Amino acid sequence: MKRKHKRLTFVAVGLGLLGLAAALFVSAIGDSVAFFHSPSDLANQGDLGDRRIRVGGLVEEGSIERGHGTEVRFRVTDLARSVPVVYVGILPDLFREGQGVVAQGRLRGGVFVAEEVLARHDETYMPPEVAEALKQAGTWQHMGQHMEAAGAASMPADGYQ
Amino acid sequence: MIVELGHFALILALAVAVIQGTLPMLGAARNHGPWMELARTAALGQVALVGLSFACLMYAYVVSDFSVVNVVRNSHSLKPMLYKVSGTWGNHEGSMLLWVLILALFGAAVAAWGRNLPPALKARTLAVQAWIAVGFYLFILLTSNPFVRMLPPPADGLGLNPLLQDPGLAFHPPLLYLGYVGFSIVFSFAIAALIEGRVDAAWARWVRPWTLSAWAFLTAGIALGSWWAYYELGWGGWWFWDPVENASFLPWLTGTALLHSAIVVEKRETLKAWTIFLAIVTFGLSLLGTFLVRSGVLTSVHAFATDPTRGVFILLLLVIVLGGSFALFAWRGPQLAGGGLFRPVSREGGLLLNNLILCTAAAAVLLGTLYPLMLEAVGGGKVSVGPPFFNAVFVPLMVPLIIAMAVGPLLPWKRGDLGGALQRLWIAGAAAAVAGAWAWTRDMSTLLGLLGMAMAAWLLVGTLVELAGRIQLFRAPVTESLRRLVGLPRSAIGMTLAHAGLAIALVGMTGDSVWKLESIQVTAPGETVTVGRHSYTFEGAREVTGPNYLAIRGSFRVERDGRPVTTLEPERRRYPVERGETTEAAIHPTWLGDLYVTLGDSQGGEGAFVTRIYFNPFIVWLWTGVGLMVGGGLVSLADRRLRVGAPAPRRARATAPSPSAPATETVTP
Repeated sequence: MKRKHKRLTFVAVGLGLLGLAAALFVSAIGDSVAFFHSPSDLANQGDLGDRRIRVGGLVEEGSIERGHGTEVRFRVTDLARSVPVVYVGILPDLFREGQGVVAQGRLRGGVFVAEEVLARHDETYMPPEVAEALKQAGTWQHMGQHMEAAGAASMPADGYQ
Repeated sequence: MIVELGHFALILALAVAVIQGTLPMLGAARNHGPWMELARTAALGQVALVGLSFACLMYAYVVSDFSVVNVVRNSHSLKPMLYKVSGTWGNHEGSMLLWVLILALFGAAVAAWGRNLPPALKARTLAVQAWIAVGFYLFILLTSNPFVRMLPPPADGLGLNPLLQDPGLAFHPPLLYLGYVGFSIVFSFAIAALIEGRVDAAWARWVRPWTLSAWAFLTAGIALGSWWAYYELGWGGWWFWDPVENASFLPWLTGTALLHSAIVVEKRETLKAWTIFLAIVTFGLSLLGTFLVRSGVLTSVHAFATDPTRGVFILLLLVIVLGGSFALFAWRGPQLAGGGLFRPVSREGGLLLNNLILCTAAAAVLLGTLYPLMLEAVGGGKVSVGPPFFNAVFVPLMVPLIIAMAVGPLLPWKRGDLGGALQRLWIAGAAAAVAGAWAWTRDMSTLLGLLGMAMAAWLLVGTLVELAGRIQLFRAPVTESLRRLVGLPRSAIGMTLAHAGLAIALVGMTGDSVWKLESIQVTAPGETVTVGRHSYTFEGAREVTGPNYLAIRGSFRVERDGRPVTTLEPERRRYPVERGETTEAAIHPTWLGDLYVTLGDSQGGEGAFVTRIYFNPFIVWLWTGVGLMVGGGLVSLADRRLRVGAPAPRRARATAPSPSAPATETVTP
């Protein structure tokens, strides 16, 4: 095998692999990407078809209802609009009223059927999309008071750098 | 006072690092001995100072000094001692202090054990290491200082996030950082070599122990995190392709490639520029991982509260480090060419294939992880990329890798005989067929089980065939084979262990992905749920009190075919101080699969609870396999060639293993 052929072999293998990866990438990205919508988006946009989407916001106070078996119903709000969510399964440990939440699933007849409700490791953590959704709905300032009311107030405000 | 001492020591460490970064570099350029020698003293001084600083912070945690903001936010006087200690690094500021401590540790290790390194290379390496440290000292002191006081001090702290109060997670960050940051020293070696403009077999041998130890730590760190997610998050999953997980997996992929390409540099003095490139990329990905985790730009299930200014600082560091080193690489890289090309069918050809596949996989995972950011940057909306994407892209790329993994080690250097190697692997092929057929009869609904099990068997038996060949099993008398086994170079045993470990881990990954059983229901006391071949009888729940939590502990009697197996007692813990709840899964591990039960919310009175019962097939194999991989890395680290500390090439010839060509015999094309 000549030097040129050897080099060509490696280049061909490398390009083949990259091509394979690119083909896999393009074919897979369409199916597994879920777009994020805020409750206000959903109220304005109407029909989204049967796409898998994500909805984020706060769990509305007093909206959690335990249904039959492991079914749970609650509303996700950006403090302007809200959307009803139904989920069957065990909710993450940090799920509670007033907490930021992101749910993944499909919108069926105005009700969001969640396949997954994302867990957080940290109760002061706010998913970036949720913070953004609240800012867009113009309700982010309320959020500060909201968080304080929810217990963050017990931390003295001075002394931080 | 102690806290101020820690703060002061950290500032001193910054000053020492600035000296370590400048004088030795100048000394190396001017061939000034004492200035180069300064690097050693400075590196040792730096680790002493950062160590003191870290010890001071830990002291503040141990004695619960609530005049320190960091302690108030992350500790509580009632917390068990283990978590007071681990709380030191269970938060952003403390974990960054741990980061620089490990950075300084690696520098000091090179200073202490690198006696046989050429003084100029050593001085430059330590100088580069010091500049990385300077960046991170500034980061800590300017944006995330753990030593800030608070007046007046509150009566007690806010406590540590309950999810982190777990032995697995107490040690996950230090191990992961030892891996992440361990690649910094490889990076420093690479930059030093670029500055010198010389990369040779000796360089590869000096770098190998550092790459190996970083790789072993990173593997262990990722596995520990995955194990924690498995038993603590209560979803029964071990990998979610979450951005934060990917962030640790990316340097692992390129680090694994680096480990293999450095062998080619060592044995054949080729692939030099590529190896340097990989060293830069691997550390760059470690920094990117730190950035992704600390900045919170990506939504992650593992994300903690973050601060954007910190993200910007790390991003700036990342840009400087990567921009600078790639510029240097573009300038000096072409000089490293040498060794020339080699035949595709050879050991080095196999190693190159390994590199190509691992890097393609890393690129695909990187692209998938950053895709939401890129799409948002061009105004394409907010998206998330889920596990189906990563599985669809990553798994097909691993198939050729694993097939080649059994063949590569059977090929000799320079010129291999593919037909001969495949002939020796007939038994591995047979094993793959049997394992695949067994998997197919178990479940005909998917081809994944067949594929995974067949590949695991192929790799495991293929690795054993290679070992058998080396020790002349069944060809020589047994005593002779044993003698050969004992006499094998540690690096060969390490490779066998690591490759076999991956095969065994593959059994666990496949089994759990394909045959997992899950059942969620509301269970009243006395009710029985059957999952797979086991029946679980709920015997009710009672309240128990832990050191700093209250818990509801359920009790399940598990039977198989009417015979008692075990009693599982999952808990739901409530931490009053931290106002958090955690789910403590009860797990009964067996070689065939884990019985896994978690307790959910109480449902409608009368002692009924939402319960989740899983059967996770072969998951123990995953942990065992990864353990073997780490063990393989450590055994390889104990290789004589490395322990003696990279002897001169001439001496290496006497001790080098026979099938590998000593470095000095390289054929120039």
